[in-house]
Amino acid sequence: MSIRLDKPFQELTPENIDKLQAQLGVYQIAEPDGTISYIGYAGGRSLFGLNGDLKKELENRNGQPALFRHEVNMQYMSRHEELLMLHVADFGELPERNRRERNHKLGRLRPAG
Amino acid sequence: MDYQMTDEQRIIIDMVRKFVREEIVPLEDKLDPDAGEIDPEDHARLVEMTKNMGLYGLGIPPEFGGPEIDVTTMTLMAFEMAQHRAGLYNPCYSVFGGAGLAQLYEATDAQKEKYLYPVLRGEKGAFFGLTEPSGGSDPARAIQTRAVKDGSDWVLNGAKIFISGADRADFGILFARTDAEKGRGGITCFLIDTDMPGFNVRRVVHTLRSARYATEISIEDLRVPEENVLGEVNKGFAIANDRLSRQRIPYAAGCVGVAMKAQEMAIEYCKIRETFGAPLATRQSIQWMIVDNEIDIRTARHICLEAAQKADRGESFRTEAAMAKLLGSEAGGRVVDRAMQIHGGYGMTKDLPLERWYREMRIRRIGEGPSEVQRLVMARDLIGGSFH
Repeated sequence: MSIRLDKPFQELTPENIDKLQAQLGVYQIAEPDGTISYIGYAGGRSLFGLNGDLKKELENRNGQPALFRHEVNMQYMSRHEELLMLHVADFGELPERNRRERNHKLGRLRPAG
Repeated sequence: MDYQMTDEQRIIIDMVRKFVREEIVPLEDKLDPDAGEIDPEDHARLVEMTKNMGLYGLGIPPEFGGPEIDVTTMTLMAFEMAQHRAGLYNPCYSVFGGAGLAQLYEATDAQKEKYLYPVLRGEKGAFFGLTEPSGGSDPARAIQTRAVKDGSDWVLNGAKIFISGADRADFGILFARTDAEKGRGGITCFLIDTDMPGFNVRRVVHTLRSARYATEISIEDLRVPEENVLGEVNKGFAIANDRLSRQRIPYAAGCVGVAMKAQEMAIEYCKIRETFGAPLATRQSIQWMIVDNEIDIRTARHICLEAAQKADRGESFRTEAAMAKLLGSEAGGRVVDRAMQIHGGYGMTKDLPLERWYREMRIRRIGEGPSEVQRLVMARDLIGGSFH
């Protein structure tokens, strides 16, 4: 089982977001070229879970196109940390927006393979 | 007979209770229900407060700069410090500091300089690496990580699992087999820097506890200098065993603290929630749940304090600590379960901390030695002998 979130990206559009239910989980936002710009989670305080949080992401883009992929996961906190660590392991640094927002120490992960 | 606190203990406990309710709980209202950390600025501010209270560095011996607090008082404090959402696994978000790894107090002077003092100053973090994929309850037999002497170094190979904090740690205490023929007499304890080549955190192990995850570690040709042996070669089992025994009382006290808070919530709620025209508190089925909760809490609390008092008197407390761990974790689980039942649908939501405690409390029956091993420890002491 891959520990990376590697399902295909979809366009961040109202139609695609509407297919999601209000479940908790993690997501990645990417630029049209596939560069991941943010790794987020829809947690216990989110209104309407992934559906609501991704709608907010869409609003914040102000019409700029973007891609997203998600994973429904009740262990969203540890999964979110894992995805951040994997991103650093793969790309050497956090996604741009996470770099600005992060104020806690991040662990180091060196996955095999 | 209930434990009678001294005047000094009462002052400390009142101070800690006020601190939890006025400083910790309000912060949690703004955090995710599964959060395991507070904002670093809040953390620094609260650490200053606990220092001013004279309560920072609990468990650190006075000769290393800690406050001189006995085990009984620390147990009473642990009951209080757990009474918030993250309290079971991160009581008060560690703003009271901690003893670090007590095994380091017995380290060499050079090891203390490199590892112990930076931990006490809050500059370095550490992990404790005992459990392996082959098991954790019986470390004497389960440890398969091997350490082979090569010149003046030891070369380690193996794997560890369910290790908390290894991904963020600067170093760790890691157990490896140095003599395959000797069982518990063939285990050695090593101090490992996490930037040493051959040490890798391979994955996060996701469990019911989302906030403070565990990790899996691989150790491949990890070269460790002789001066990083903690204690003596082939005498590491005693270090592991000592840690497991010490940990049982505060571990149990945390379960009791959460149970006390869940009971407080259940009592409050059953008085205001009405069904069929009367408060839940008037229903015998609810009354019995409240009573059963209280019996569980008082029994577990009593044995925690008995274990702590024996430890303070310098007597053997292994049986009592095992009993406290067994009772605290099992009774705590029952109390949280009943409190959820009394709260009905709300009890299952993330609006209340009961849902998180329910998940995390389940782990407590397994972590730090499952209930079955605690019974084994007690049976050994009561009947004698070493069982296989």
